[in-house]
Amino acid sequence: MDNIGVIISLILILGGLVTLLIRSLQAREVDRRIIFLFIFLAVAAPILFPMTFKEKATQVVKSVFDKIENLPEGSTVLLSFDFDPAMAPEVQPMANAISRHCFEKGHKIIFMSLWATGQALLSHSLSEFILPGFPEKENLVDYVSIGYKAGNEGVLNVIITDIQKMFPTDVNSVPLDSIPIFDNIESCKDLDFIMSIGGGKPGPKEWVLFVGDPGDVPVGVGVAAVVAPQMYPYYPGQIVGILGGVKGAAEYESELIRVHPRFAEMDTPGLRMMGPQTLAHVVIMAFIVIGNVVFFRGRRREKKE
Amino acid sequence: MKRQIPLFITFFVGTLLIFSVFIPPMETLGENFTLFFDIIAVFAFFLGAGNLVRVHVSKLRKRKADWGFSIVTLIGFGFMLFVGLLKIGNPGGIAADVTAPGSWFQEMFNYVINPLQSTMYALLAFFVASASYRAFRAKNREATILLMAAFVILLGRTPLGMMLTAWIPDSLSIFQIPNMAVWIMNSFNLAGQRAILIGISLGVVAMSLRLILGVERTYLGGDDSG
Repeated sequence: MDNIGVIISLILILGGLVTLLIRSLQAREVDRRIIFLFIFLAVAAPILFPMTFKEKATQVVKSVFDKIENLPEGSTVLLSFDFDPAMAPEVQPMANAISRHCFEKGHKIIFMSLWATGQALLSHSLSEFILPGFPEKENLVDYVSIGYKAGNEGVLNVIITDIQKMFPTDVNSVPLDSIPIFDNIESCKDLDFIMSIGGGKPGPKEWVLFVGDPGDVPVGVGVAAVVAPQMYPYYPGQIVGILGGVKGAAEYESELIRVHPRFAEMDTPGLRMMGPQTLAHVVIMAFIVIGNVVFFRGRRREKKE
Repeated sequence: MKRQIPLFITFFVGTLLIFSVFIPPMETLGENFTLFFDIIAVFAFFLGAGNLVRVHVSKLRKRKADWGFSIVTLIGFGFMLFVGLLKIGNPGGIAADVTAPGSWFQEMFNYVINPLQSTMYALLAFFVASASYRAFRAKNREATILLMAAFVILLGRTPLGMMLTAWIPDSLSIFQIPNMAVWIMNSFNLAGQRAILIGISLGVVAMSLRLILGVERTYLGGDDSG
């Protein structure tokens, strides 16, 4: 049924695009409502009739994966949820996949957020996606959430030398000095790896500038696709690797499944979303071509006249 | 005098914070100032909330255009404040995480804020497609190069890019579209981004010095006469 749905959708979309291309040869502009309709179809069809593609991790993504994979068991990783619901569909799959990977390798995770909306998203991720796959993991022993703290870069400026000064308790009001994870962790300099997931300010860039670089702590980043280009100046010197957009999440998930096959059973939203993203990109490229055909045909007609 | 004192405070704090970065024994001083900033920032929340209520109540009283939305804003604000402060429905009680699963605050976040914000952002796909159609035209050589780079990146961000060039042997893998996309990001994009970053950083240094030395006084408001 799914395959029939996919074929019908593809015929509809590609047929429609070819028709528009033929129309464009007469230099006829396309109404924007038609563009909207095609984008709607391109995004909706692969959601209704799932299309799956194979992914292969590129080096920028693989670097983050290898870093977590090769950390000794029991290492402490800090995962910062620096995003809001608008960005979540792109970056939350990364956060979930990285958390699962850390748990699978026996690392301890400190969750936090520099965004007020991040704490709610973190709580949702933990209860709905991460912990159900690891019922044996214990709060305060294997992971802890210290939540959100206002102050943007100021928070980072303090926790690089003293985490408790900024976060005296975890989200459930448990003092940090009584939490086993913090037995050997005084500041961010004692962490084995930091992963900032986000895309706005404060976010991954601030983690690099205020913690990773001055504290000499390895930092990896997961960002929305539009922000990824801004992170490249820091790679590979100041950041371990970059997960950019849904594609980055999908690559990470595919690498996770390749190395740890048990995750094939778990939900992989990054890989799932590559269907809509692929079709939407094809539609956008088709409209760029159509736009150019209209432009050149129109110019030619003007010259003739 | 009312200008000299703020200028002196700016000079004193600015100089002190610069020293705290470069002189390790003064590091704690920088941290303490950051904590002061956080305490001040908390008051900004009160000011923000107060202002929100003031503006919308005034709009309601004067029955200004779209005053109905002000009712929604005030009810939403009051409700979230109430369920958040009192942690209504929170299984862990008053001391537990405000976003604990099951709490009203978290439910409102999951079922109201989350879908609303995601929907707003998702609309971008439609506008990006429409804008690409209208603006991405090979009008000259530079635009054509940009167009080609955009095609490589667009294809490289999908599995289609790999599927189209999977036949290329590993020794020439740089010509596989996803790798070409990474190459564009890691060379041309990198050069441009670095130039912008260095420019911005030099600008920030210059502006900070102007502020600390009292050359730049517009933040004080009013005229410059002192």
